[in-house]
Amino acid sequence: MRVPTPAKVAQDQDVVLYVNGVTVSFDGFKALNNLSYVVRTGEMRAIIGPNGAGKTTMMDVVTGKTRPDAGEVYFKQVHDLTRLDEAAIANLGIGRKFQKPTVFENHSVFENLELASKSARGPFHSLFFRLTGEQATRIDAVLETIGLADQRADRAGALSHGQKQWLEIGMLLIQDPELLFLDEPVAGMTDAETEQTAALLRQIAGQHSVVVVEHDMAFVRALDVKVTVLHEGGVLAEGPLDQVQANERVIEVYLGR
Amino acid sequence: MPVSGLRAVFVCVVFVFAALAAAAPSRAQDGDFAALVAQLAVGAFEEKVAAIEALVATGDPRVQAILEAVADRNLYVREADGLVAIGADHPDGLSLTDAVTGDDLGVVASRDVDRVRANNRLRRLAGSAIGTLTLMNPDPAVRLAAAEAVFRSQDASALSALDQALAEETDDAVRQAMAKARAAILLDSDDPAARLQAVETLGALTDPEIRSMLAAMLRQSNDGSFQETDEAVRAAAGEALDAIEGRLATWRVAGYVYQGISLGSVLLLAAIGLAITFGVMGVINMAHGEMVMLGAYTTYVVQQIFRDLAPGLFDVSLLVAIPAAFLVAGLAGIAIERGIIRFLYGRPLETLLATWGLSLILQQLVRTVFGPTNREVGSPSWMQGAIETTAGITLTYNRLYIILFSLIVFAGLIFVLRRTALGLQMRAVTQNRQMARAMGIRTDRVDALTFGLGSGIAGMAGVALSQIDNVSPNLGQSYIIDSFLVVVFGGVGNLWGTLAGAFSLGIANKLLEPYAGAVLGKILVLVAIILFIQKRPRGLVALKGRAVEG
Amino acid sequence: MPSPRTGYVPILLRLDPGGVVLLAIVLGAAVLVPVLNLAVPPDSPFHVPSYLVSLWGKYLCFALLAVSVDLVWGYCGILSLGHGAFFALGGYAMGMHLMRQIGDRGVYGHPVLPDFMVFLDWDRLPWYWHGFDSFAFAMMMVLLVPGTLAFVFGWLAFRSRVGGVYLSIISQAMTYALMLAFFRNDMGFGGNNGLTDFKDLLGFDLQADGTRAALFAASALALALGYLVCRLMMLSKFGRVVMAVRDGESRTRFLGYRVEYYKLVVWVVSAMLAGLAGALYVPQVGIINPGEFSPANSIEIIVWVAVGGRGTLYGAALGGVLVNYAKTYFTGAAPEIWLFLLGGLFIAVTLFLPKGIVGTAADGWRSLRRRIRAPARGTVP
Repeated sequence: MRVPTPAKVAQDQDVVLYVNGVTVSFDGFKALNNLSYVVRTGEMRAIIGPNGAGKTTMMDVVTGKTRPDAGEVYFKQVHDLTRLDEAAIANLGIGRKFQKPTVFENHSVFENLELASKSARGPFHSLFFRLTGEQATRIDAVLETIGLADQRADRAGALSHGQKQWLEIGMLLIQDPELLFLDEPVAGMTDAETEQTAALLRQIAGQHSVVVVEHDMAFVRALDVKVTVLHEGGVLAEGPLDQVQANERVIEVYLGR
Repeated sequence: MPVSGLRAVFVCVVFVFAALAAAAPSRAQDGDFAALVAQLAVGAFEEKVAAIEALVATGDPRVQAILEAVADRNLYVREADGLVAIGADHPDGLSLTDAVTGDDLGVVASRDVDRVRANNRLRRLAGSAIGTLTLMNPDPAVRLAAAEAVFRSQDASALSALDQALAEETDDAVRQAMAKARAAILLDSDDPAARLQAVETLGALTDPEIRSMLAAMLRQSNDGSFQETDEAVRAAAGEALDAIEGRLATWRVAGYVYQGISLGSVLLLAAIGLAITFGVMGVINMAHGEMVMLGAYTTYVVQQIFRDLAPGLFDVSLLVAIPAAFLVAGLAGIAIERGIIRFLYGRPLETLLATWGLSLILQQLVRTVFGPTNREVGSPSWMQGAIETTAGITLTYNRLYIILFSLIVFAGLIFVLRRTALGLQMRAVTQNRQMARAMGIRTDRVDALTFGLGSGIAGMAGVALSQIDNVSPNLGQSYIIDSFLVVVFGGVGNLWGTLAGAFSLGIANKLLEPYAGAVLGKILVLVAIILFIQKRPRGLVALKGRAVEG
Repeated sequence: MPSPRTGYVPILLRLDPGGVVLLAIVLGAAVLVPVLNLAVPPDSPFHVPSYLVSLWGKYLCFALLAVSVDLVWGYCGILSLGHGAFFALGGYAMGMHLMRQIGDRGVYGHPVLPDFMVFLDWDRLPWYWHGFDSFAFAMMMVLLVPGTLAFVFGWLAFRSRVGGVYLSIISQAMTYALMLAFFRNDMGFGGNNGLTDFKDLLGFDLQADGTRAALFAASALALALGYLVCRLMMLSKFGRVVMAVRDGESRTRFLGYRVEYYKLVVWVVSAMLAGLAGALYVPQVGIINPGEFSPANSIEIIVWVAVGGRGTLYGAALGGVLVNYAKTYFTGAAPEIWLFLLGGLFIAVTLFLPKGIVGTAADGWRSLRRRIRAPARGTVP
């Protein structure tokens, strides 16, 4: 295992996520192979790659679901994410949106946002919890932003696919994480919905650092950000989309010989 | 040495002894022989003793039957002519055989003969003389038994016969037994050197009886003097005792391990079907135990049919019961899958409840049909009996067969999964249902057959369990929790894990039992499993990766 | 009035109609049944005979047990196949107190030792029997013993994320192990026979009508209290987190909630309620033995909850009473049919009535109301 290089980490004060040499293997299969990349504060990054490139595993490692076999993952240069569990990492300020919309279907839209809103997470705190006026205002604001103000009392399960995606993004907004992971946020959306989502995400970027994992090249192009291409668990190429798309190795992986 | 070689040696030995025993003291001396027999029959006590010794010395093959007759009080003198004969019980009195010629003398009334008087001392003498005599028997099995008899009696008078037999003995096992017997006799020798040598000979053997002999030598009487007077012999005996204790302890542990393997094979049989339904399909079948029970009752029914129709073929009834039980339980399984479980895929907790309900119904059904009491299931003759080892461990045949059976079933299942079309389709459906369906696999049929396979195996387990457990409506209940623990402990979705889980749980259980008692041992194992599962939720042989998350 | 902004509603107004009906019935019965038993003369048609008082008291204990199981299963998605263990432990704690109350009136007349210990030739009370002569201590143990076991078990299980059927199976193994342990004579809990031949509680004869009526009332109050505790917990944000855990455990984690702590709190509270139910059950039936630990008993509780309707609490209570009423009736009238019925109930409920009686009725009622009125606004689940 490589020794962490604190000097390098410390140099770039604006690095929010530092992933270095991460390797994860399942039964001999290396899902991640010496993966390294850096995300800067306020940056939006798109990560693309063919199926099995390790995108989901990469997110699992950063959000604490999977422990890496080797490598380092630091958040804001001080928090060693490989030692923390999901809840601790979430509370540090890393949010995650899943590929399949995962909202709490039996809760109302309002309650979904209430669960995500910032407050102490302990069970005893929850027992005697009351929403403050400030929190309620914030929830109302987010409901407006994601366009679900009229559905606030509806069961989340009754929402359309796109609305669920937005609700989930809304939950992330209200969670107000410093770093956001979005797994295929426009999968299964109509063109109009995709457009709205892109606008929503651009609104989020700037205040937050965002990592978007996507298949949809049109959407990635619409985001107009730096792209990282994963292949077989490692970084194949990195740079602006046009440059990446011109890369011969990338063409080979995506289109075959 | 190959078996045929051994057999050749046996044959040679038989011939040599036959020649020695029958030919050498020829029939020319029949007159003397008859006189000795007569002396044995009617002489005074000392004359009888002398006659026994003289008869033994002749080495005549007829002597054994005569001495046995003395020992069993079956030697008679015919009142009419004073002929000495051996009698056997007969409904009309006694059937007599001439002691000297071996001719059949027919049946006579009991009052026509006099029983040869033999007090207990004489009978004992005759008994040990038989022992000596049989040391030279052509059959090695008989010689072995004789050597064991001498070892137990430690009769010093057998020493010379033993020496003689040892000199000619060619069979290793018999030689060893004779050497053991000789050493046991020499333990009482007046010569410390002989005793020392005997202790050393015995110390190399592993036998609980030798341990008590040696322990007796070291016993101290009230006045502080030892049973064994010689210090050097005592020291050697102490060492030998320690060595034997050590080896016996090892054997004892080996015995527990064997029992553990035996228990493990039962657990494997009960759990292996579950490994299919739970491990491969993800279905919690709480009625799995009842599939085992159905198998056991099928065995009972098959045996009843054999008893009624073909009692002579009873020994093969179990072989018929195995496929029958597989079919009955397998069909029941398919019915359960089609009738209940297929509506509950993806809802494991609901499946658990529904199948539990089903298990209650099946139990009650069997109770109604066959009655609440245990049904008698017999063992075929080839499953009865046991192998005994010198260290006092008994390996019963039925347990051995069940171990073998469980391994065969396991291997068969692995074969089905790896090499047959059904196995291939099963694995395809498990790994990716949509894809399998897209490729034209009829997933619902595969589901039903997979479940049927798992249930059928449970039925075969029932055949095995009917041999060692009570066949009652509750039979399945007693195995269901253990079976689930085996599968979970071994690692869900992995048959090798189930194998490892079954045997390690079985062995752990049996190793703990002697120290903690049966119940506490079981509790300890349960607690250990609970802790283990919490440490490694995916079991002993864990699958990692995405496949297990879905 | 519900505040539209915070979704806050005064607590008592937030109880669902079914819950209010349950509380009304139970509290009404707590008063009425003792009165009809004690004050109304036996020849009156309104008289409630004493055996019914005890029988219905027993049902109330089962209802409380069902509520406790519904709390973990219906709201948190933890299917416990070992809740009978907590019930039995509470029962044993109460039983130990009742044994100590016998004093020297046992068959052997020993001033301290219960009969079974004298029979086993024990010369002193095992250390864990000390303190049980005090009612207050015993009542504490009724909650603490099941609570502690649940805490240790839950802490180990939830921390290592043992869930789903794995948890069900090891919870079953837990109660099975306890059953084997309590069957042992040298455990000091009466072995096979358990604890029985109780005489009195707090100085009142357990056979007396007054005591029985009081125990009935206590059971009713305990059920009402248990229901309220569970209901209020589930109405708070805590409850919404717990339900979130049920519906999407890993999502809840990614929101920053420590799922294991929430599960642990629910699990321990539920175990304590089960223990309380066991403690009230024992003096009314007069015996506690290791059979209460049997895995079959624990699974039966699940069917009570499933029949009534999981995730409704009052439905679970209803299921507990209904199934046990049926059990009493059929085991008396046609014992061989009962297991068929019980087994059929398991299958029928899972296949055809997954929401139970109450859930199905509520669905029907809701769709009816929706058709009549405009869509209701509000945040009550």
